[in-house]
Amino acid sequence: MRVSVNWRQSCAYVGTLLKYLAVTMLVPLTVAVVYGDDQFVFLASMVITAGIGLALERLEDGADLGLEEAFLFVTLAWVGVSVGGTVPYLLAGFDTASTVGLSLDSPAALGNSLVNALFESTSGYTTTGATVLEEISFERHSHALLMYRQLTQWLGGMGIIVLMVAILPELAVNGAQLIDAEAPGPELKKLTPQIAETARILWLVYAEFTALFICLLYALHLLGVAPNMDLYNAIAHGFTTLPTGGFSPEANSIAAFSPAVQWLVIPFIIVAGTNFALFYFVLQRKFAEVFRNRELQGYVGAIVGITLLLWAMLFTGAAPALGGLGGTTQGVAENSLRQALFQTVTLLNSTGYATSDFAQWSEWTQVLLLAVMFIGGSAGSTGGGVKVIRWLVILKAARRQLSATVYPDVVEPVRLGGQVIDEDVVSGIFGFTFLYLFIFAVSAVIIALDTGRVGLQLTTIEALSASIATIGNIGPGFGMLGPFGSYLQFPATSKVLMIVLMWLGRLEVVPVLVLFTRSFWEW
Amino acid sequence: MRVIIAGAGRVGTRVAAELARNHDVVMVDVDADRTDGLGYELDVLTVVGDCSSIETLRESGVESADLLIASTGSDEINLLTCETAKSLADVTTVARVKGLKYIDTWDRAEDVFGVDFMVGTNLLTIGAAVGGTGLEAAQDFDVFAGGTVQMAEFNVESGGAIVGKTISEADQFESLTFAAILRGGTTIVPRGSTRIEADDDIIVIGKPASVHAFGAKLGHAESPTRNVLIVGGSDIGYHTARLLEERGLRPHLLEADPDRARALSERLSVTTVRNKDPTVRDFLDDERIEDIDVVVAALDRNSEANLLSALRAKQVGIDRSVAIVDHGEYVELFEDAGVDVAVNPRRATAEEIVEFARDQDTQSVDLLEHEQVEVIEIRIDEESILTGRPIEEAIGDLPDGVVVGAITRNGSFLMPRGDTVVESGDHAVVLADSDVAEATINLL
Repeated sequence: MRVSVNWRQSCAYVGTLLKYLAVTMLVPLTVAVVYGDDQFVFLASMVITAGIGLALERLEDGADLGLEEAFLFVTLAWVGVSVGGTVPYLLAGFDTASTVGLSLDSPAALGNSLVNALFESTSGYTTTGATVLEEISFERHSHALLMYRQLTQWLGGMGIIVLMVAILPELAVNGAQLIDAEAPGPELKKLTPQIAETARILWLVYAEFTALFICLLYALHLLGVAPNMDLYNAIAHGFTTLPTGGFSPEANSIAAFSPAVQWLVIPFIIVAGTNFALFYFVLQRKFAEVFRNRELQGYVGAIVGITLLLWAMLFTGAAPALGGLGGTTQGVAENSLRQALFQTVTLLNSTGYATSDFAQWSEWTQVLLLAVMFIGGSAGSTGGGVKVIRWLVILKAARRQLSATVYPDVVEPVRLGGQVIDEDVVSGIFGFTFLYLFIFAVSAVIIALDTGRVGLQLTTIEALSASIATIGNIGPGFGMLGPFGSYLQFPATSKVLMIVLMWLGRLEVVPVLVLFTRSFWEW
Repeated sequence: MRVIIAGAGRVGTRVAAELARNHDVVMVDVDADRTDGLGYELDVLTVVGDCSSIETLRESGVESADLLIASTGSDEINLLTCETAKSLADVTTVARVKGLKYIDTWDRAEDVFGVDFMVGTNLLTIGAAVGGTGLEAAQDFDVFAGGTVQMAEFNVESGGAIVGKTISEADQFESLTFAAILRGGTTIVPRGSTRIEADDDIIVIGKPASVHAFGAKLGHAESPTRNVLIVGGSDIGYHTARLLEERGLRPHLLEADPDRARALSERLSVTTVRNKDPTVRDFLDDERIEDIDVVVAALDRNSEANLLSALRAKQVGIDRSVAIVDHGEYVELFEDAGVDVAVNPRRATAEEIVEFARDQDTQSVDLLEHEQVEVIEIRIDEESILTGRPIEEAIGDLPDGVVVGAITRNGSFLMPRGDTVVESGDHAVVLADSDVAEATINLL
């Protein structure tokens, strides 16, 4: 077989990416200096990551990225950052009780520690928010490492490739191709003629919302309604809300904070699942374009509908008191509305925060929440999952099927908000969604069998949620994977599968799977 | 008046035949064979050459011409000819276009393309074809301002829903002006307190949907929604469907070519477009005949097939059939054969152009059947008596019996109220007594 894809150039760009990744570690390094812990870890991590990056860059041959190379680069880039991102976990946890630290006790322990670190790193960059940390506390982990964990989600949220296109002029040539392969949603909508400018706008909007959110969180603290939302926590949660991440340096996630904080987090989670291009239109005062957007209508409509349903369930006592962790008392409106709305938005658009241990809610609320996980955010947002727009198109196409039954010769395009969706896009959406659901189903079975093999019996909903929570980049599931639980007990084989699922989910399956076809590599 | 007609096709020839009786007509065409014959047939001067070139226009005497009518088969050449003529001389220009997009552009701003008057072949035909559907109660009917405004005359039957009501009680429709009531030979300008009597003729001007709704209200047992089957996805078929959609109907359209069907279905969001060959004999067999009220046969350049489709529709018992005819001479023949309405785009266009030539500032004049009143569409310019002042103020300077029925600005409907200020460039649809129509036109 003669490989006709110029993989060297793709790898060289991954090197460049890792070089810049080393620079971002200045953030946790600063935290390390402030709190006086782990400075060495982050200095060493920077040196190692930059070293790998520079070594890879030597593969460079100056060729432009073609279509194949672009796919290869995007897919490898996410492998690259995930692998490069393990270094701080491994170093900081070396020879401690940390489950993600490097362990040289035995070959098995070494393997486990590497898989765990890669799981945590991938979960971070793909904004999944699933964790294998045994205990999230400052006794076990340094402030710097937990902040680094938050930062990975922020970097992954709007897309590392989008960020690279925004700052590296040499990537602008093929930028649209690259962003299209990475960005969530069926189609890329260019905001400006130049793709680098579009990428810059997206990141700027993203950064501005993050800054605003951090300021508001800290303002609540200063106002005295959020005692434990100090500056560290404000920044930490700012880093993981807008990317629909879900990591938190608090073991109890958002349940650790006051209702005021929880109410403030909700609108920002909703914003994170909205197409960021719409905020650009808001700035341009094209309000009609925003309100007419069918996906936004569908997204908000789904949130409202499901929240009302869940609210009714909670109001009638579906979640008995859970020991301070967001239990709802039957008949209390505010509490049950807050819990219903928060859990709906956080699972619908794949954030994965929690204000209540929904794994202990009644069976039927859990089934509802599991269904919600399949919806996903909007195209062009930081949310994961199938995405609202795809479901809308599928529903419209299904309705067309019905009218074709009455008039077999009818010619009817699929329309969304008056706009005609190309047939290629429609069949692409069908293809994607079936592939996605297929992978989900097969993975759920494999996870169930694999955990059964090591004597860990998963319930049905646990197995299903493990699969959707990772491919959908959501994070928490049900049972032992609940919002305050962890993925630590899974065997390494299942964790590897989940790492792949997170990776597939973040890149929306197709750009990854195409690498495993023969026609991709050969002419 | 010296008139240059560019393009000696069917429309051009028809217009020339009308105008040559009273005016000096020069005909320009690239095809020498065509012009040769014309010189003998009609009392016109002929020039051979490309009408969009400066030389040919000079040769045909554009400097001393009063009116230039560009009616070649190509929209673009027609527009270019007008533009060129304008740059050479101060001549009034008329362009005949087929594509609706040019009319949209032209409606939006003044002096676009150097065209003073634009006649849209298809739009007129469609107005005529669609006019019959959904407005059965109307005795007379016309479209103005590119379809934005409609005028209809209804007879109030005794026992009808609005008999005995005052105008303000009957006026439950958005953007609808009650322009006149004709009662026993006299014209009444309706006020809010005017009471409607049985056997009155009411003329309303307004938005298509409102005129349609008013007609439906008068139309007694007639169901307001009408099912229209359009046969053939030609340009005319497309615009018919579009206009019906605007009126709130959900037509079906049959088109044989899959690509064309797809393109149409992308542009028509309400119409059910179906990929089916309507030229076969039994195309109606699997349709739900009893549900179809009107069949519009609008196949491209295929009069015979249109005739057959329309006749076939009548044969299976469909109430009304409309056929588009390519040859003007066949209009009567079609109607004799049993088609309810036969429409010839060219004939309609020629009539429109002749109408314009007769009164250059007036855009469209509709003489109602009993000739008591006329409805006039005029593009308001700087000199008009209406420009820049509220209507209630300007109306004082106009003869009695003049009603401003509708205003369109940049192609959208504007309901005229007493305090509405008319701007230069607006189109006004005005109703006037026949005796004062001439004077009104001059003032406007």
